[in-house]
Amino acid sequence: MKAKQIDQYYFHDVNSPVFSMDRRNFLKNLGGGIIIVFSLSELGFTGRYNPQEQLPEFNAFLRVKEDGRVDCYTGKIEMGQGINTSLAQTLAEELEVDIHDVDMIMGETDLVPYDAGTWGSMTTRFQDPLIRAAAAEAREVLRELAAEKLSLPLDRMVASNGRIMDRSDNTRSVSYAELTKGQKIVRAVTTKPEVKKARDLKVIGKSFNRLDSVKKVTGKALYAADIRLPGLMYARIVRPPAHGSKLVSSDTSGAEAVTGTRLLRDGDFIVVLHADPEMAEKAVMAIRSEWEVPESKANQDTIFEYIKRNATDIRVRYSGGDLEAGRKASDIVFEHEYHDGYKAHASIETHTATAIYKDGEITMWASSQTPFGTRQEVADRLGIAREKVHIKQIYLGGGFGGKIYNQQAVEAARIARMAEGTPVQLAWTRREEFMYDMFRPAAVMKINSGVTKDGIIRFWDFDIYCAGDRGTELFYGVADHRTRLLDARGLHPFGTGAWRAPGNNTTTFARESQIDIMAHSIGMDPLEFRIKNMNNERALNSLKVAAEKFGWSKTKPPKGTGRGIAVGFDAGTYVTIILEAKVDLQTGRVKVTRAVVGQDMGQVINPQGTRIQAEGCVNMGLGYALTEDIEFDWKTVNSYNFGDYKIPLFSDIPDSIETVWVDAMDQPPQGGGEPAIICMGAAVTNAIFEACGARVFRIPATPERILEAMK
Amino acid sequence: MKEKIQFVLNGKPVEVETEKEQFLLWVLRTHFNLTGTKYGCGLGYCGSCTVLMDDDPVRSCNIMMEDVAGTRIVTIEGMEEGGELHPLQQAFVEHDALQCGFCTPGMIMNAAGFLKKNTEPTRADIIDAMEDNLCRCGAHNRIIDAIESASKNMKGGPKS
Ligand code: FES
Ligand code: FES
Repeated sequence: MKAKQIDQYYFHDVNSPVFSMDRRNFLKNLGGGIIIVFSLSELGFTGRYNPQEQLPEFNAFLRVKEDGRVDCYTGKIEMGQGINTSLAQTLAEELEVDIHDVDMIMGETDLVPYDAGTWGSMTTRFQDPLIRAAAAEAREVLRELAAEKLSLPLDRMVASNGRIMDRSDNTRSVSYAELTKGQKIVRAVTTKPEVKKARDLKVIGKSFNRLDSVKKVTGKALYAADIRLPGLMYARIVRPPAHGSKLVSSDTSGAEAVTGTRLLRDGDFIVVLHADPEMAEKAVMAIRSEWEVPESKANQDTIFEYIKRNATDIRVRYSGGDLEAGRKASDIVFEHEYHDGYKAHASIETHTATAIYKDGEITMWASSQTPFGTRQEVADRLGIAREKVHIKQIYLGGGFGGKIYNQQAVEAARIARMAEGTPVQLAWTRREEFMYDMFRPAAVMKINSGVTKDGIIRFWDFDIYCAGDRGTELFYGVADHRTRLLDARGLHPFGTGAWRAPGNNTTTFARESQIDIMAHSIGMDPLEFRIKNMNNERALNSLKVAAEKFGWSKTKPPKGTGRGIAVGFDAGTYVTIILEAKVDLQTGRVKVTRAVVGQDMGQVINPQGTRIQAEGCVNMGLGYALTEDIEFDWKTVNSYNFGDYKIPLFSDIPDSIETVWVDAMDQPPQGGGEPAIICMGAAVTNAIFEACGARVFRIPATPERILEAMK
Repeated sequence: MKEKIQFVLNGKPVEVETEKEQFLLWVLRTHFNLTGTKYGCGLGYCGSCTVLMDDDPVRSCNIMMEDVAGTRIVTIEGMEEGGELHPLQQAFVEHDALQCGFCTPGMIMNAAGFLKKNTEPTRADIIDAMEDNLCRCGAHNRIIDAIESASKNMKGGPKS
């Protein structure tokens, strides 16, 4: 159905036959008030991320409830990135309500608009405009109602602070609650409504503390493992020692001896259920299985050679000019290779799903960044219609890209169906998390480049193995250049996937290291060298605001202390990190003492939220720069827990992290959750170089690698 | 063999029938439905399961029920007093010292235990005490700020 058609029915009766049964029920279930609906396809929001076949005829985006509070519906989920606050801000801005009067309904597939998933820093860029549009429309409806109620002309009606009042006499006013009481108005947005101009913004651009923090500090926020249903049983799955193993035999009698155990089996998929999670653990441990483990082809040290040998799909991504000519025109030529090992997402919450299957329908609470993706995958696996799969709202204990993949939800769904009628919970153990995580792929980068004595980059030849092209368009002006992508299907020993700013951490590490190497080789200040070669205004802006805040000077600090710069581009944002680190020359231990993040990121909705995301990027990024590396012997992952996969600790964290940005309130908002982390690898290794002359080409830059490079 | 184990939970005497070797974390989460105490690693590495046991912060994932008998346990759900947030909870809210919030209960409980022993901590003391509580979201700087400001607010009339 066309939204234009819907709009002909500015109506009070939701049972109107213009809607399909499905949508009519949907509207009924939403309750009273003013409901703003869109048809995404009608407004031109279909595309790669909103495939037509996923979209119902229309979706509700918000509801002004009969008590004047507002429900905001979004398919996005909250995993710590703070969008429940920033989206509420956006809504509050256009609708003129207090941000605390907004209730966020997130990721609940029966209620919220289709969404492809919460990743890629897309929420602020693509969800925000929709919510602003819906809110602006709701404001119009409220003004119309108020004009009628107060018997005043529409053009005198202004919205402010949850009320509509008479422009010329603000004692004449009516609250949203009074206007919506007993109403059920459905309004469709057909054209993109007029939203506020930058200069009129009152809520957007102001700092707000997170709206969910009271729930989180009291333990009341519910995550997928916190769902308790009567008769709930905890599931454990019999796991192989390595990926790709074949089950040879298994003896389940030990598990059956544990009282209260229920054993389920579907081929190799062997599951125990128990009302007590520790008994489920005991039972699963009592199962004796023999597995055939695939032969080893590489480990964490030999993987790079393996990748180079086997990445046979080659594609030129960018090219221009003539590499040979550039090489000839260079005074100094550099050839370096950079390595980055596998990294885990390592959210503190493991992948979890609670589910109940009954009468051909399944209801699930799953820690997933893609509730609609979960719905589809579960429907496909169980062979039921996706309308029979109901994904409920839940908080996520971190995601970082790792919860895009819904293996645990599909497993829980299978178990729930086998246990039909009994609610089940599958919470991966930390070991399972370190095995079935979709790791950030190991990667190799080769860069050949050349520079003239007076500091002009003459050519740039960049081969990227397994890290993709995100953010690799060069913002340094080099006429003779080529960037190639090398990869192959099934190259990695286990699953790999998106890790906060996918690929970009790895490639930015290589590029910004090479830039630094070239600057130092001709004795030029690395800041000056970058400024001299950059051909992108926004990249330059991010560099300048960071350098100014940092107080960059050409004077080098004493030995043992170093400063590192790295610049990058991700999710529409240009970002620079400049940091200071101390290197213990005896032990090779690194401590980052100070970091400055500078961003050119368009409109900033919540300055506090932006700072927090940047701080998170710096602190999380320290891990891949200095300590984190998955150890493995081909398909056997040898990192089991936080004891052997070291994420940053309190003593590793910089004493100060400052975040600055270029003032661009009139520009569309860009990503803020991912960009800054991409700079951490090179910012840290460049600082190590200035501190002690050690150039580290493989991250993490462990003390051993630093000591080795110092020799 | 199941046994009856008695202890004081969030100020109330309770009794539970469990195996002696069962871990406190799971008893809290399943028997008492106190799901604020989180599982993060199960082996004592992450601290997200931290609770107070006779005022000491302990990792409930490796505390056996036989050792719980006769003690006083406080979980995150027991921190509010008379409907008011504990100064630490309040400080975490004010400093926005959390993102996903999954590590938060463990952080607060660990800090609560620590502040009972050290009422005037330096930042270095705080870092030291919190060292082994993991936060993947990188909220560390604000957590330190929150604990520091809570320690100041708690002086002269500490609660809990
Ligand atoms: S769950 Fe207890 S320390 Fe991690
Ligand atoms: S706030 Fe997410 S782990 Fe600490």
